[in-house]
Amino acid sequence: MSNTDVNPLDPSSPLDPLPGHSSLGRLERVLRRGEFAVTTELNPPDSANPQDVYERAAIFDGWVDGINAVDASGANCHMSSVGICALLTRMGYAPILQIACRDKNRIAIQGDILGASAMGVQNILCLTGDGVQAGDQPGAKPVFDLDSMSLLETARTMRDDAKFLSGRKLTHPPQVFLGAAINPFAPPYDFRPHRLAKKIEAGAQFVQSQYCFDVPMLREYMKKVRDMGLHEKCYIMVGVGPLASAKTARWIRSNVPGIHIPDEIIKRLEGAENQKAEGKKLCIDIINEVKEIEGVNGIHVMAYRQEEYVAEIVADSGVLKGRKPWKREAAPDTEMVAARIEEIGDKPQTPQQIVENVTN
Amino acid sequence: MSDAKPVVTQATLVKKAAPKTDFKPAGVSPSRRQRSYSVRLWSVRHSRFLEWFYARFANVFLMLHPVWKWLGYHRAEGPVTFLERNVKGLMFDCRMCGQCVLSSTGMSCPMNCPKQLRNGPCGGVRANGNCEVEPDMPCVWVQAWLGSQQMRGSDAILKVQKPVDQSLRETSSWLRVTAKAAAEREAAQNAASGDVK
Repeated sequence: MSNTDVNPLDPSSPLDPLPGHSSLGRLERVLRRGEFAVTTELNPPDSANPQDVYERAAIFDGWVDGINAVDASGANCHMSSVGICALLTRMGYAPILQIACRDKNRIAIQGDILGASAMGVQNILCLTGDGVQAGDQPGAKPVFDLDSMSLLETARTMRDDAKFLSGRKLTHPPQVFLGAAINPFAPPYDFRPHRLAKKIEAGAQFVQSQYCFDVPMLREYMKKVRDMGLHEKCYIMVGVGPLASAKTARWIRSNVPGIHIPDEIIKRLEGAENQKAEGKKLCIDIINEVKEIEGVNGIHVMAYRQEEYVAEIVADSGVLKGRKPWKREAAPDTEMVAARIEEIGDKPQTPQQIVENVTN
Repeated sequence: MSDAKPVVTQATLVKKAAPKTDFKPAGVSPSRRQRSYSVRLWSVRHSRFLEWFYARFANVFLMLHPVWKWLGYHRAEGPVTFLERNVKGLMFDCRMCGQCVLSSTGMSCPMNCPKQLRNGPCGGVRANGNCEVEPDMPCVWVQAWLGSQQMRGSDAILKVQKPVDQSLRETSSWLRVTAKAAAEREAAQNAASGDVK
């Protein structure tokens, strides 16, 4: 961990500004230094208890550079991404706020960008979002006022021109690092690199890809991306993740739109004795292949309901090359307070007793 | 007070900044279709007759349940939806939400409200009873209240309506109601015959 990646006064405060950086966050610094970045995804709780978020974030401690706070992924209702980010920034984590266009119109989205930035959110990932039909409440009204591209442009306008879409001025623009999603594994394959170019033009500074299970296909895509020079304008992070079993893989392939799993992968899982362990090994193998591709700047580990394996996968693949991402550590005064509480134990003392003890 | 300058609102600024073109449908909200409300208002004035008529009409549809079943509801849907859209479109400016509540809203279609309120008027109704968003449209809910007071089921407007299921848009409400009523009738018959045994 580099010393510049933590605010010495308070880990939950933004970092000092650096020239050429658009945010005050850790993820942008890691990427701009040319280090291989690792991000992951937090499984959002169906609860109003902040401890649920802290517990789910704590298992990534010291292994990732950013945590995606998903915005009702798959159109299923969970704790809001703005809420999760607000909790995570309090603890000093570097969350990536996902904004989906399905549930909010441009008025709500622009307000959320300001609110999140004020809460210390440094990274925003702009998504179109799944249709409401995919989720647990298909009767909801789909909004889709903006799409991922126009959302990126809106956020960039707010940051760089300090104004709303309407042209009204902002007194303090949100300083954020803007991201987008890519899916190199879905048709029309020829158009995909051009779509990335469009997203970069609209303001994307980093992109996270859909699950990659087909490395040759990614190589092909990256070749086109390099030919267009896009890898120099944008940080590309490849999405990876462990498959729990061949059965899950088949289910995902036929039920989750946009995820491409080749037959070889399923065969390899089926042939294994312990499918879960094989799924993890497969994920590590893919990471090791992906990290060698020119233009890939990091990985995005999505281990839905297997979050406890993220640390193992990152450690075993060795992508961090000995680097230690930020880890939450107790401040010295917190330790003193904890020690004092232990000393007092269950018996509370009056101030008079404390003074007596000290003078004796 | 009298010499105070008129307040320039943000809405005025936005309107002024909008590019000028020859075609400008002034002050029209996106959900609005036409400017004449005469048929819609006629329906509200005759809400009691329409209520009486609809009760008969629903019975006929329920009597036809074996026909729908024989045809298959999915096959009947196309023509029935076409008929429903045009008949109700003419009479109520129907928006085909697929879950008709006209009999609970005094025969004034709530989906014509710019905010699509289904449980009563918002706080912005103008003193003349017109809509706050579309100043020359009579408020859907002012009309609904008038219409409901003439109807036999005038209490229906007091019931809290559930959120709209948007996935049912552009589908036939008539067939849905008929199928549901037929299922209820069957269940009741089964329960009755079960009691006899």
